[in-house]
Amino acid sequence: MTLTLAEKILSARRVTSQGAHGGDPVRPGDLIEVAVDLVLANDITAPIAIREFNALGVANVFDPQAIVLVADHFTPNKDIASAEQASLMREFAKLQSIAHHYDVGRAGIEHVLLHELGLVIPGHVIVGADSHTCTAGALGAFATGMGSTDIAVAMATGAVWMRVPETIRIDLRGTPSRWVGGKDLILETIGRLGVSGATYAALEFGGSALDSLSIADRFTIANMAIEAGGKAGLFPADNMALAYLDGRTDRTIEFIAADEDATYARMLEIDVPAVEPLVALPHLPENVRPVCEAGSVPISQAVIGSCTNGRIEDLRIAAEILRGRRVHPDVRCIVIPGSPSVQLDAVREGLVEVFLEAGAAVSTPTCGPCLGGHMGVLAAGERAVSTTNRNFRGRMGSLDSEVVLAGPAVAAASAIAGRLAHPEEVVT
Amino acid sequence: MTSSGRIWVFGKNVDTDAIIPARYLHSSDPADLACHCMEGLDANFPDAVTPGDLIVADDNFGCGSSREHAPLAIKAAGVVCVIATGFARIFYRNALNIGLPIVVCPNLPLADARNGQQWAVDLEGGRVRNLTLETQITFEPFPPFMLELIRAGGLIAYTRDRIAAGTLPQRRARR
Repeated sequence: MTLTLAEKILSARRVTSQGAHGGDPVRPGDLIEVAVDLVLANDITAPIAIREFNALGVANVFDPQAIVLVADHFTPNKDIASAEQASLMREFAKLQSIAHHYDVGRAGIEHVLLHELGLVIPGHVIVGADSHTCTAGALGAFATGMGSTDIAVAMATGAVWMRVPETIRIDLRGTPSRWVGGKDLILETIGRLGVSGATYAALEFGGSALDSLSIADRFTIANMAIEAGGKAGLFPADNMALAYLDGRTDRTIEFIAADEDATYARMLEIDVPAVEPLVALPHLPENVRPVCEAGSVPISQAVIGSCTNGRIEDLRIAAEILRGRRVHPDVRCIVIPGSPSVQLDAVREGLVEVFLEAGAAVSTPTCGPCLGGHMGVLAAGERAVSTTNRNFRGRMGSLDSEVVLAGPAVAAASAIAGRLAHPEEVVT
Repeated sequence: MTSSGRIWVFGKNVDTDAIIPARYLHSSDPADLACHCMEGLDANFPDAVTPGDLIVADDNFGCGSSREHAPLAIKAAGVVCVIATGFARIFYRNALNIGLPIVVCPNLPLADARNGQQWAVDLEGGRVRNLTLETQITFEPFPPFMLELIRAGGLIAYTRDRIAAGTLPQRRARR
C-alpha cells in the first residue's frame, strides 16, 4: 500500500490500549489514537491547559522532556492579567520540571524557536495549543494545532485522538522570480484553495521549486496551511531539512517522504515562475491578488515579523529594501525578529542598524500585534500591511481597521511608499 | 440529547477573532469571556443572548486560531448548541472536548433562518427542526466515539473515565 507523508507518519505513531504501536497503515477517515513526541503551549493557551490538566487528577506530565511552554503572545507582559498568565505557566513548568520552558530573553515566537532549538524531528508527531503549530511540517514532522483541553490530555497521557486526514498535494513547479518568496506561494495556494478548501486535510508540498526555496520559505509555507483550513502542512525531510538540523540535535535523523504513487484527495499545481508578489486584502487570507493590481491603497503601519515571516532570511529581504531609504512619514514600521537568535543575527549583520536608520522600530520577539495584543494595535480607520498570517476583521485592533497580508519584500516596499507597493517601485 | 431554543444566525467564515477578540485572552475565566462573545460580529450579542439559545451559521464556523476561549465563551454565554454548514477543524475538536454540542449540517436551510426563530436539535437522532416554520432536516449523527465524548460531557471527563477503567493507550517512552 502506498502512503502520503501524513499517512506514513500517523501509521507509525498509532497506539492502542493494548500498548501496540504501529500496525496496519491508517487510511483517511480512520479515528485513531496517536503517540505524540512533543506537546506545545503558550502564555494564553497554557493557562486553560493547566486548569484542565489539574482537573484530570493526574499527578505528573507523561514526559517533562516532551513538553514545551513558550511565553510569546502577550510578552513581555503587556498588562497585569497577562503577567498572571505567564506566572501561572512558569509555576507549572517548575512544579512539573518541564525541560523546555522559555521566558522573556530566551523566548522567541514558538514556531520560530521550536525548530531553531532542534526540537522538530522528521517523522515525529507534534501537537500544540496554537493553530500555527503546523509550521513544524516544514521539517517533515506531522504537526498540528489543537485546543487547550486536547493539550492537557496530551501532556498527561502522551497521546491524542485524531481523524486521519485526506492529503492534498501541492506541486510547486519551477523557480520563483525576484521578490517572490514562500509567502507569495502560500498566498497563491490559499487563494486557489479558499479558506476552507483544505478543512480536515493535510497539505503536502512537493515539486521542483523546493530546491530553489530556502528553509525559511518552507517554514512560511507550512505555517499558513491552517489558513486554508488544513490540519498540517508537510514537506519531505530531504537534504535541505537534514542540513538545517545538523548540529541542532543529537537524535538520529532520517529522510522521510511520501511514497511516489501515493493517493491524494486532490492535486494542485502551481506554476511558480508565473507567481508575482502578492497581497491578501481584507478580511480573508483567500482575497489574494498581485500587489500591482491592488490599486493605490494607503497604509499607516507596516509589520515585519511573526511566526510566518520573522526569520533572519525575512529580515534580510526587508533590510535589502529599507537600506539607505526612509520609512514614509505617515507610516509606522515595526520590525519584530522571531527569536532571540534571529535578533542577535540581525544585530550582528547590521540589519538592526538599517531598520533604525530607515526610521523603523525594532521590537523584542513577540506575537504582539499579529493578534491585536500589543506592540502595534490599530485604531479605527487605520490599515496595516503585515507579514503575519490573518487579516480577519479586527484582528490587529479596532473592528474598523484593516490588515493586508504580504511577504517581507512587499511590506518593506510599502513602508517606504506609504501605500501598497511592488518592491520594484522603490528598488531601482 | 435534544435541545430547543431561540436562534442567532451568522454567516460564513465566522473566525475566532470575531467570536472572542484576542485582547480578552488575558483571561481564561469563561464568565469573563462570555461578556465579549461574538462581539466582533454583533456588539449586542453578549447582552441579548439568553441561556438556552442556539447559534446557526454557514460554513467554516470557528476558523482561525486554536483558542479554546471561543467555544468556552459561547458555552458560558448560555448557548446550548451550534449548528453550522461546516466547522473549522480545531473549533470542532474544541467544542466537543469542552462539552459544547455542535452539529454539522451541510444542507442547512439558511435562507429561511431568522434571528429569534425557535429551533430544536436532536443530536443522537440526527434531526434539526425549525419549529417556527415547521420544517426539518436530517444530518449524519456523530460516530460512536464522538457521541461517547459528548455523553461524557467532554474530553476531561471521558479521559478520567478511561483512566479509571484502565483503557488509556499505553505509551512507550521513546527518545
